[in-house]
Amino acid sequence: MGWLSAFYNQNSSTIEFIGINALLGLSLYITLACGLLSLANAGFMAIGAYTSALLTLHRGAPFPVVLLAGALMPALLALPLGLPVLRLRGVFLAIATIGFGEVVRIFFLNWSYARGALGLNGIPQETAAWLIYVSLGVLLYFFWRLRRSKMGYALEAIRQDEAAARASGVNTTFYKLLAFIVGAAIAGFAGALQAHLRFIVDPNDFNFATAVNVLEYAVVGGMALFLGPVLGAALLTALPEALRHLTQLGIQPGPDRQLVSGIILLLVILFLPGGLVSLFQGMRPRFRLPAALRVARA
Amino acid sequence: MTQQLVNGLFAGSIYALFAVGYTLVFGVLDILNLAHQAVFMLAAFTALELVIGSHVSIYVALLIAMSVAGALGALLYAVAFRPLRGRPNSYFSALISSIAMATIFEAVAQHAWGANAGHFPLGTFPSHAFLVGSAVFTLLQVVILAVSLAMMIGLHLVVQHTKLGKAMRAVAENERAARVLGIDVERVVLISLVISSALGGVAGVLYALQYNSVAYDMGRPLELKGLAVIVLGGMGSIPGAVIGGFLLGLVEVQTVAHIGSGERDAAAFIVLFLILLLRPRGLLGRKAVREA
Repeated sequence: MGWLSAFYNQNSSTIEFIGINALLGLSLYITLACGLLSLANAGFMAIGAYTSALLTLHRGAPFPVVLLAGALMPALLALPLGLPVLRLRGVFLAIATIGFGEVVRIFFLNWSYARGALGLNGIPQETAAWLIYVSLGVLLYFFWRLRRSKMGYALEAIRQDEAAARASGVNTTFYKLLAFIVGAAIAGFAGALQAHLRFIVDPNDFNFATAVNVLEYAVVGGMALFLGPVLGAALLTALPEALRHLTQLGIQPGPDRQLVSGIILLLVILFLPGGLVSLFQGMRPRFRLPAALRVARA
Repeated sequence: MTQQLVNGLFAGSIYALFAVGYTLVFGVLDILNLAHQAVFMLAAFTALELVIGSHVSIYVALLIAMSVAGALGALLYAVAFRPLRGRPNSYFSALISSIAMATIFEAVAQHAWGANAGHFPLGTFPSHAFLVGSAVFTLLQVVILAVSLAMMIGLHLVVQHTKLGKAMRAVAENERAARVLGIDVERVVLISLVISSALGGVAGVLYALQYNSVAYDMGRPLELKGLAVIVLGGMGSIPGAVIGGFLLGLVEVQTVAHIGSGERDAAAFIVLFLILLLRPRGLLGRKAVREA
């Protein structure tokens, strides 16, 4: 086991960020699961990060309370935001949520109580790798159970055909809003974890590029299964680090990492539209229950 | 006061020119081309390279940069959009592939020109200034306004009064019906992307001259403000994008004057938000296309 702990010590920060990015990927997955392309998650993450960091720095609140607040605050804001915004369809929802994310970023950039463009620093490092991965494990269990739950079927029905879902008695507004709020809470929670991992919160960490990165995790990993965004986050977070180790081979760190992730994204969308999880889909039938049993469980 | 209006108008003309290309592709293809800002940026670098490296006049550089941008539009079509045509949910996959292309373009620019901003050498453009009434403006600003207006009027004429324009409108209205009527839809889409990118490229060069700065990430704020402009004007509406661009320029200037410069960038997104919630089809857009 010695090599394992050595590996962990060398790559601990990459491993921690894979976990946080996987949480972000899941926060987007829940809205994608009902066919909503919402890019508000960087904004919700910012709200979670700022809420938690300000509580820690100015109120000295205990860490579990801070984490809870970091998840609750964006969820509370997602309710009044979601009601009007979720009426928009397709790309218009994406545009509105991009606008929301920018307003949030500019708000923090100008909010003197949170030190504006300087951001917050000196946040105690309370987040540990085990906490990130326990949270991720709990969420994955939630998503696994979700698939065969009433809500899971409702989201799937809305994704396939919203009008048909509504006609068959699914309360589409309720489930879409619920998915949006759960996504906001997960993103805020990830923001709170990250704030207490990196010591700092910088308003420009939550820009459009961050929202796009999260979308890339979901697309590269695949959206057919909740494990997709986790796989995507792991690959896209670890890859730049792996490339960094290859710099002796002539690969430059900055622009080349970007180039590689752009090319991966393009190749995936062109040739593997189902993402990485679709590579494993050939194996899945073996694990499926017989049809009769599946219906009985539903 | 007059000075503010004038400044708003000049800033607005670049927003409008950028947004016209953005909205053209949305109208014809129904996709959001998020690589538009990267083409905008690469055109600015092309002009800078020509002015510094080959000492050509800025007008020649502008023309070449425009052609390069048009060629990049064709590249975008061939690599990112054409292979995805006809897929279900193509708005989503095309959005992603355009993001991928923007990432690649930005990486290439950073590779070639570095992460720092480049500047046009002194004297690239004669620095005359005029005083009209109480407002001051420069020759550069006048040229920016004139070029933007000329391009937008030209586009309007093409779309409204040529056979190509008619085909573009037909494809925008109903792609399948256009195909049935014998229109070469793929050719129309390709030409739309080339025109759109060429206009975006001109906007990039003008923007770079206005702020005398060229950087690999210079297009990012424009991309998001461009969204606000096309939503404000009505998605797919060319006159709407022009009006939206000028309005945004004026709103920003007023925000700086009355609220504060920190809030300037928020103005665009608050406008965007309100329009989407209150009048989702924008000022001049077609009715009820974007609600479920």
